[in-house]
Amino acid sequence: MKLAHTSDKAALAESSVAISARHVTQRYGEPGDPQTVLALDNVSLEIRRGEFLCLLGPSGCGKSTLLNIIGGLIEPTDGTVTVHDAMVRGPLPDKIAFVFQESTLFPWYNVAENFGINFKYRGVARSEWKDRAIKALKSVGMADFIDHYPNQLSIGMRQRVNLARGLSSGTEILLMDEPFAALDEQSRMVLGEDLSILLAEAGKTIIFVTHSLAEAVFLSDRIALMTARPGRIKAIIDVNEPHPRMPGFMLQPRFSELRNACYASLHDEIRQAMVAAERGGETSG
Amino acid sequence: MKDSSHLPARAIQLGFLVVVMGSWFVIGRTGAISPLFVPPMEAVWLAFSRLVQTDQFWSAVRTTLMTISEAYGIAIILGILAGYLVTRSRFLTQVLEPVVSGLFSIPITLFFPLFILLFGIGPASKIAYGAAYGFFPIALNTIAGFAGVNSNHLNAARSMGFSSFGTFRHVLFPAAFPVILTGLRIGFFICFASVLGGETISSVSGVGRNIALAAELMEPARMYAWIVVVVATALALNTLVSGIENRMRGH
Repeated sequence: MKLAHTSDKAALAESSVAISARHVTQRYGEPGDPQTVLALDNVSLEIRRGEFLCLLGPSGCGKSTLLNIIGGLIEPTDGTVTVHDAMVRGPLPDKIAFVFQESTLFPWYNVAENFGINFKYRGVARSEWKDRAIKALKSVGMADFIDHYPNQLSIGMRQRVNLARGLSSGTEILLMDEPFAALDEQSRMVLGEDLSILLAEAGKTIIFVTHSLAEAVFLSDRIALMTARPGRIKAIIDVNEPHPRMPGFMLQPRFSELRNACYASLHDEIRQAMVAAERGGETSG
Repeated sequence: MKDSSHLPARAIQLGFLVVVMGSWFVIGRTGAISPLFVPPMEAVWLAFSRLVQTDQFWSAVRTTLMTISEAYGIAIILGILAGYLVTRSRFLTQVLEPVVSGLFSIPITLFFPLFILLFGIGPASKIAYGAAYGFFPIALNTIAGFAGVNSNHLNAARSMGFSSFGTFRHVLFPAAFPVILTGLRIGFFICFASVLGGETISSVSGVGRNIALAAELMEPARMYAWIVVVVATALALNTLVSGIENRMRGH
């Protein structure tokens, strides 16, 4: 009886893990080639269901690579990723949606069609397309632009639509690769607040790649700090602050403390990455 | 704004035409240039009105138009197919794109006698020649179009679970289409010029052959009458093609 109870508990604990990366290593180039680059070195990470995790690290530390491996867009050289206890062997459009750094709206389709094409391949019934698109666009204040083409919108507006398209996918997991990087600081802040509110409602599991310390602290439940290349997890910082986060959070001493803790931890890594970039001029990622 | 800049542009274009025609008329009147090189406008008009009444005229036009459309059709099919296949792998693109553009820099005219040897003096050699010339800009633009597809869009498509046909239909094709369209347009005019050129150099029929014949027979008025036909056709086709292109681009 007691035994059964423990195993039930173990099963519960197991299912509360949404994503698990085990010993993920990524090497670019052929083995033995002196030009080979070790992008990720033995990274293990668990993300709980409903958690917002930030990957924070210097440019070129492999944050995006790790995200793409988790989402099944890149096959790792070594190690495994499981999503809801199933091995990831390729993209999982029914479980995972991506929001990329650059707006990936297709310029030959208008906003409505961009939503439609996403729904179509994710298997959403055609009758729901319009309602879901409008609902998602309303949540980012873009409902009036449903018939516009992406190049008729400003970069900020495009990124809002891009975000809304990702959110409307209906997947439990959202992988966001510096989605606000192309925006000015003020737009980033406002979109960050919007995102926090949206996510508190939606209860999604999110991995968010950024190199903005403030963004990481403001949005996440946990922050995974990464080392300079080869990327490893250096430390994990708990934020422990309920969602949705309000702008006032940024004025609290706790916010600065966390931000400073992240910066202190990353300081040497950033310097190392800068030296490496000067020496090699390697690609970022 | 648009109308105010549109109107002067049209006026200048029209003015250019008036100046050309006016100079021609004046040269014909004064005899400043030998009528052997620039025959008077009235003589060309007379030759033209006689020409269009002959069966020989219409049969030559028919031959040339058929030759051009067959040559162009072959260039489109082979050019797009080759361009698409080359871009199926990044390695192939890197290897073959310079080869195709290198071949394009060779004057295919040098091989024209070979085309005559292989396909005879009839339209077949001109079809092959026009197709060979038209192939390159179409293939090169197809390569540029497909190879230039934004990799972020392809990544997004993969993450959304697009099928390979879906990726072609919704990402690759719409991204490459405007570039391919430019190739089709350039390819058409190169094809048009090659067929006429080929006919002028060596053939038994067609518009180009008749232009060469009129020159050999020292009948400048008749030669210019033929040239006027070609120029008018080229202008009409250019208008038609840009119209189609603009419509396809959705403007």
